[in-house]
Amino acid sequence: MTATAPSATAAPTVEMLGIQRHFPGVQALKGVDFTVAAGEIHALLGENGAGKSTLMKILAGAERKDDGRILLDGKEVRIASPTDALSHGIAIVYQETSLAPHLSVAENLFIGRLPTRGPGIVDWRRLHRDASEVLQRLKIQLPLRARVSELTIAQQQMTEIAKALSQQVKVLALDEPTSALTETEVAELFRVLRDLRSQGVAIVYISHTIEEILELCDRVTVLRDGEFAGEREVARTTADELVRLMVGRPLVEMFPKEPAPLGDELLRVEKLKVQGKRTEVSFSVRAGEVLGFAGLLGAGRTALMHAIIGAIPVESGTIYRRGRPVRIRNPQAAINHSIGYLSDDRRRSGLAGLLSVANNLTLASLPQFSRAGILKRGEERRSAEGIVRALRIVTPSLDQRVAMLSGGNQQKTVLGKWVTAGVEVLILDEPTRGIDVGAKVEIYRLINRLAKQGKAVILLSSYLPEVLGMSDRILVMRRGAIVAEFMRGEATQEDLMFAATGQERTSVQTPGGSSSR
Amino acid sequence: MTDAQMAEPAPGHAAIEAGEPYRRAWIRRLLEQLGPFLFVLVLGGALTIASPHFLTITNISAVFVQMSVIAILAVGQVMVIITAGIDLSVSSVVALSGVLSTMVVVNDHWSIPLGMAVGVLVGGGVGVINGVLVTKVHLPPFIATLGTLSAVGGIALLITNGQPIAAPTSFDVLGDGQVGPIPVPIVLMAIVAAVGWFILSRTTLGRSAYAIGSSYETARLSGIRVDRVLIAVYVIQGLLAGLGGVIVASRVVTGDPAAGVNYNLDAIAAVVIGGASLFGGEGTVIGGLIGALLMELISNGGDLLNISNFWQNFILGVVIIAAVAYDQVRRRALQSR
Repeated sequence: MTATAPSATAAPTVEMLGIQRHFPGVQALKGVDFTVAAGEIHALLGENGAGKSTLMKILAGAERKDDGRILLDGKEVRIASPTDALSHGIAIVYQETSLAPHLSVAENLFIGRLPTRGPGIVDWRRLHRDASEVLQRLKIQLPLRARVSELTIAQQQMTEIAKALSQQVKVLALDEPTSALTETEVAELFRVLRDLRSQGVAIVYISHTIEEILELCDRVTVLRDGEFAGEREVARTTADELVRLMVGRPLVEMFPKEPAPLGDELLRVEKLKVQGKRTEVSFSVRAGEVLGFAGLLGAGRTALMHAIIGAIPVESGTIYRRGRPVRIRNPQAAINHSIGYLSDDRRRSGLAGLLSVANNLTLASLPQFSRAGILKRGEERRSAEGIVRALRIVTPSLDQRVAMLSGGNQQKTVLGKWVTAGVEVLILDEPTRGIDVGAKVEIYRLINRLAKQGKAVILLSSYLPEVLGMSDRILVMRRGAIVAEFMRGEATQEDLMFAATGQERTSVQTPGGSSSR
Repeated sequence: MTDAQMAEPAPGHAAIEAGEPYRRAWIRRLLEQLGPFLFVLVLGGALTIASPHFLTITNISAVFVQMSVIAILAVGQVMVIITAGIDLSVSSVVALSGVLSTMVVVNDHWSIPLGMAVGVLVGGGVGVINGVLVTKVHLPPFIATLGTLSAVGGIALLITNGQPIAAPTSFDVLGDGQVGPIPVPIVLMAIVAAVGWFILSRTTLGRSAYAIGSSYETARLSGIRVDRVLIAVYVIQGLLAGLGGVIVASRVVTGDPAAGVNYNLDAIAAVVIGGASLFGGEGTVIGGLIGALLMELISNGGDLLNISNFWQNFILGVVIIAAVAYDQVRRRALQSR
């Protein structure tokens, strides 16, 4: 599987063999092989949670491996820290940049090795000269003196890339670099990456967007559930084949959608304007309905939901519950109006990690489990036991700290919190992010069950197959506004993507065609 | 003993990996809590052997009386620390409470119980200010209470002109009085501890405090009234600091504006030794009590064995560092998973 692939490029520079990594409750990598050669862009494709990022973090020294070997030009190397990786010329650029926001682009490029004249005195002139040389060499345009916090996300990414490559990096991994970029920014990124390839840099491109891979990359390695699913030459594969490798089963099985009868309108939002935003949003959702919200990162979906539950201020507009206008000033009021919100950031705002499973499950229903402020602990435990059983949360005991559970079981616990609260309208923000396929399917089944019970489910997801597979109706958001609406079965992934990016159809090449150079 | 603690793997870690049964995980947690208590037993045992004066009713009673104020302050502090906060104003509240309660009795001829109530309530008032600064003005607790520490300390000095106020001898009921054979400070300590334990483990307020300390955003999005809970916690700490101030004044029958200087860090140290985490979400009343007891034993044992105060300070410092280092190791093991 290694250097035998007929490729016009040079011998492999990096080989990862039999890489294993175990997290509590999840085998994140089950003996994965991966090769990347100088002068190629090698895609690492897989669903969320397939192990792509973990594999690259291991290469970049940000995560340790439990087993396996890493070879550089055939020689085994030990990479135990990002510094080790850097000394071998390996770096990774993450989705969230690790730049110092208050320093300028030039300072960030040379941070830790600023040119000096005399002890500790920064030579600003040389800094700016060196920095502009680096950018010229890489053919990247950036405002050198601007603070990083003033840059767009795309510019920040370019800064990260330039910073890595200014440090003699020869192997560069990019973790889902386009997830927050506009179409033009993506084009510019691709231009830069192609240019780096021609300069002999080995590039690993982590993505779950097949179209991008077909357009940009030379080879693709597909991971599925922590396992090596296959390696292909991009020129000799199709989108269909890659989807099959990635999912490993037909989509129907993956998204076991069961339509439920629709009932009354449970929630209606009219001309709602989030504070500080320019757009007004209106939509409604009925009992038994799963309403999908698609859109790019930063399209304003999460902010809209935060506004609906009173977590951030609303400027104008009205929210109706069962036809009655309601005022929701804080999340507590939202719960009183039987609206629950499952956060997209499980660790920060979904779980109380130090609290037990039982205590997390009842966290949003404390009034229900107390009288005069004193907890009814028996009832609390009985309820928690029921939920653990119903949602099949795998835990050694109800008293286990929830931080100790696997991602999937953590997410089920957060969902269980809202099931316990018995809310009528449940907003799920990226409910399957970073959890394994098995747990995903269980969460989809739970969504079905909730819809059948006559709840309204609002499903926010950046993963298009999920939105398409689970929703009765889909709204697409872009720049804070709802720009398209599709009924179930009406839309394809491309339709959603075009609406979400605001692009004309003709500007993107059709997937499955021959790859471009 | 600390070594034995350190050597123990991160609690829960093994529990999942090996699918550890229920009961073992439970025992492990208990051990985690009892760690400092075992340390107390070992130290107590050693002192019993080293000094014939240690295990006597008089001495043990003295130990408990001595630790009572720190323990009461620690009960309040543990609640604050559980919410990932901290209250540095405690020592100034102790001073102001003692000064005011004696002042109204001496100058305004209020009855002694009323004077004492004033002291306690003034503490609650400072707690309200701390709570509002933290929740409504959004100051970090460290800064907010650092400010009130200085301001309240200043007020105590201003209204007394820096001079101690001598109280009537009957002011000593809380400090020197007895309920049957038991000194009043011990009784108060027991009541405060029992109430504190009940609040933390049996009420929505306590549960909410843990939730806020574990994750503020989670608590907020789960509909917990975070501002109210935080203010309540700072008020409880204020009231307890007020009570502590009254006990101190009662014991020396003087309202001293310079009293309480050491109480601040001692209470925090007791809480931390008792296993609370300054990052919030963890801590127990029992732990705080054990921490206070441990500190008092070090001081009492030092006195009995004629170890100088300087050495006692040194030992206490080592104990604090060891306790927090243990906490850090435990946490890192927990987070790296």
